Amino acid sequence: MSGDHLLSIRNLKVRFRVYEGVAAAVDGVDFFVEKGETLGLVGESGCGKSVTAMSILRLLASPPAELEGEIEFQGKNLLELPQDELRKIRGGAISMIFQEPMTSLNPLLTIGEQIAEAIVLHQGLSRQEAWDRAVEMLARVQIPSPEARAKDYPHKLSGGMRQRAMIAMALSCNPNLLLADEPTTALDVTIQAQIMDLMERLREEIGASIILITHNLGLIAEMARTVVVMYAGKVVEEAPVRELFSEPLHPYTQGLLGSVPVIGRKFKMEKKRLQEIPGIVPSIFEMPRGCRFHPRCHRMMDICRLEEPPMVEMGQRRRVLCWLWA
Amino acid sequence: MLQYTIRRLISTIPVLIGISLLLFVMLRALPGDPALVLAGQMASPEDIELIRVQLGLNQPIHIQYAKFISRLAVLDLGRSARTQNPVLEEIWARLPNTFLLATTAITLACLIGIPAGIIAAVRPYTKIDYLVTSFSLFGISMPVFWLGLMLVVVFSVTLQILPAGGIGTWKHVVLPTVTLASFVVAFIARMTRSSMLEVLSQDYITTARSKGLMEKVVIIKHALRNALIPIITVVGLQFGSLLGGAVLTETVFAWPGMGRLIVDSILARDYPMIQGAILIFGLLYILVNLIVDLIYAWVDPRIHYD
Ligand SMILES: Nc1ncnc2c1ncn2[C@@H]1O[C@H](COP(=O)(O)OP(=O)(O)OP(=O)(O)O)[C@@H](O)[C@H]1O
Ligand SMILES: [Mg+2]
Repeated sequence: MSGDHLLSIRNLKVRFRVYEGVAAAVDGVDFFVEKGETLGLVGESGCGKSVTAMSILRLLASPPAELEGEIEFQGKNLLELPQDELRKIRGGAISMIFQEPMTSLNPLLTIGEQIAEAIVLHQGLSRQEAWDRAVEMLARVQIPSPEARAKDYPHKLSGGMRQRAMIAMALSCNPNLLLADEPTTALDVTIQAQIMDLMERLREEIGASIILITHNLGLIAEMARTVVVMYAGKVVEEAPVRELFSEPLHPYTQGLLGSVPVIGRKFKMEKKRLQEIPGIVPSIFEMPRGCRFHPRCHRMMDICRLEEPPMVEMGQRRRVLCWLWA
Repeated sequence: MLQYTIRRLISTIPVLIGISLLLFVMLRALPGDPALVLAGQMASPEDIELIRVQLGLNQPIHIQYAKFISRLAVLDLGRSARTQNPVLEEIWARLPNTFLLATTAITLACLIGIPAGIIAAVRPYTKIDYLVTSFSLFGISMPVFWLGLMLVVVFSVTLQILPAGGIGTWKHVVLPTVTLASFVVAFIARMTRSSMLEVLSQDYITTARSKGLMEKVVIIKHALRNALIPIITVVGLQFGSLLGGAVLTETVFAWPGMGRLIVDSILARDYPMIQGAILIFGLLYILVNLIVDLIYAWVDPRIHYD
C-alpha cells in the first residue's frame, strides 16, 4: 500500500453479542485515509458509522464488542496493539470529537483541567505548563477570555463554546488524525459554520487528516475530499466528493442525495441533509440475502436477491458495491 | 453557603417542634399508664395518684405540652421517670457510645462497600460482580442478632480473642462494628455499583478514555466523583439512622447505646426520657442531612444553594 495512507481499515468486522442475538454492526469495512485529507463518512442512521470510528481507538466497551480485521495506523495494527501503546495513541496521534457537547465533557472538572489532563499525558509538560497550553488552545478556538473560561465548569458554557472546548482538547496534542463524529449536529446553523471553519483552519495549521461523520451534505461538499458511503455495516460506494455529487453510482447513494445535482452550488447546502429513502432499514439481526439494499432498491435485478454484489473498482478511489456495474 | 447553613439550622426549630408534638400525642395514645408501671403491682391507689401528680400527668395534655416546650426552650429535658436522673445526663452518657459505633460501622462499610461496588460495576455480569451482588443480598437479608451471636461464638467463645460484650477497649468495638457494618455495607455496595454503572456509560467517560487516560484514572477521577452523590445519600441516611442506636446489636453485645435507652424507656413508659431521646435523635438526623447537602455542593459545582 502507498506510504501516503495514514490510516487503512481492512475488512473490519464488529459484532455485539446481545440478548436478541449477534449484531453485526460493521461487516467487512475497507477504506483508507490519506495524509492531510478530510474523508467524509455518510449513510443512514444505524449503518455503522460511529461504530467504525469508535473501533479505530477501540473505544467500544471491550466485551461484548468483538472486533476483527485490521486497522493500520503509522505501520501498526491498532486492533492488536497492547493497551499501554494504544493509550499513547488515544488523544495523542488520534483524537476524537463527539456529537453531544452537552454530555461529552465531565461536569465535575473544569474545562482547563480536562484539556490539560491530556497535555500532561502526551506532551510530558508540567501541570502549570499544561494549563497554560490549555488556555492557549482555548484562545485558538476563539473562546473569549480563555483564562477565565479555563477555570469554569462545563455547565457555565453554551453548547457552541463547549464544542469549541472539545475541539481545543482534541487538537491540543497535535493529532495526525481527527475523528469527528457529527461534530456540529447538536449546534445551531450559524454556530455550525463557525465551528467547521475553525476545524478546517486548525486542520491546515497542524496538517491533520479528518474522518468526518455527518448527515449534512453541505458539510461534506465543503470539507471532504473523498466520501465513503455506508449501508447496513458495509461500504457501498467511495468517490472523490465532486464525482459523488455529480455522478452517484449506487442507487442507495442516489437516494441519499435525492438525485439533486449539487455541484456548483456547494455553499448553499448548509441546511441540506441526507434524503429519506423509502423502505425500512433491515434489522441488524436479519440481513437480507444477496445485496442488503435490494428490498429498497428501485433498480433491483434478479441476481441482487440471490448473490452478494462484488466491489467494482471504477477508477482512482472510485468504487461501488452493486451488480449494476459489475 | 454560610447563610444557607444558618437558614437551614433555624428551620430545624419548627421541625423539632413538630416532632415533639407528634411524639407527645402518640406517646399518650399508647396503652399503659406510666404511673401504674412505675409504682409497681403492689402500690395503693394513693401512691399511684401521687406519682401521677409528681409527673404532671394529672394535668390536661395541652398544659403538659406547654410546660414541656417552655422547659425545652431553656434546654431542660426534665428528669427520667425511671431513674430520676436528668434526661440530658442519661443521653449524654449513651450518645458517645452510639456515635463511636455508628462512626466505626459506617467507616468500615464505606471502606469495603465502595471498592466492592466499583469492582462489580467495572466488570458487570462477571463472576466478581455476581460475588459482590450475592454478598450484598446476603448482608441485607442476614438477621443482625444471628450474625452477632455467630461472631460471639467464633471470636469470643471458641477463639477467645475478642470480648463478647461491654465497652472499654478497642477490642470491645470490633464485633459490634462488624455486625452493624455487614448490613450497611450491602446498601453501600449496591448503590455504588448501580451509580457507577450508570456513570460509566456516559459520554464523558468515553471522552476521558479517548484522551488516553489510564483506566484507573478514568474510574477514580472521572467516574467515581460523578457517581458519588447517590452514594453520599445512602451513607448519610445510614449514618443518621445509626445515630438513633442499633437496638439488636446493642442488646447482643451489651453495648450501652441510644437504641437500648429508647427501647427500655418505652417499655417503662418513661415519657420524659423517650421525648428527650427522640428529640435529640431528630436533631442529629437533621444535622446529618444538612451536612450531606453541604457535601453535595462541595462535590458537584452545579449544585448551588442561595
Ligand atoms: N454497544 C452496542 N451494542 C449493541 N449494538 C450496538 C452497540 N453500538 C451500536 N450498536 C448497533 O450497531 C449499529 C450501528 O450503530 P452506529 O452507532 O455505528 O450507527 P451510526 O451510523 O453512527 O448511526 P447514527 O447516524 O444514528 O449515529 C446500530 O444498529 C446499533 O444499534
Ligand atoms: Mg453515530
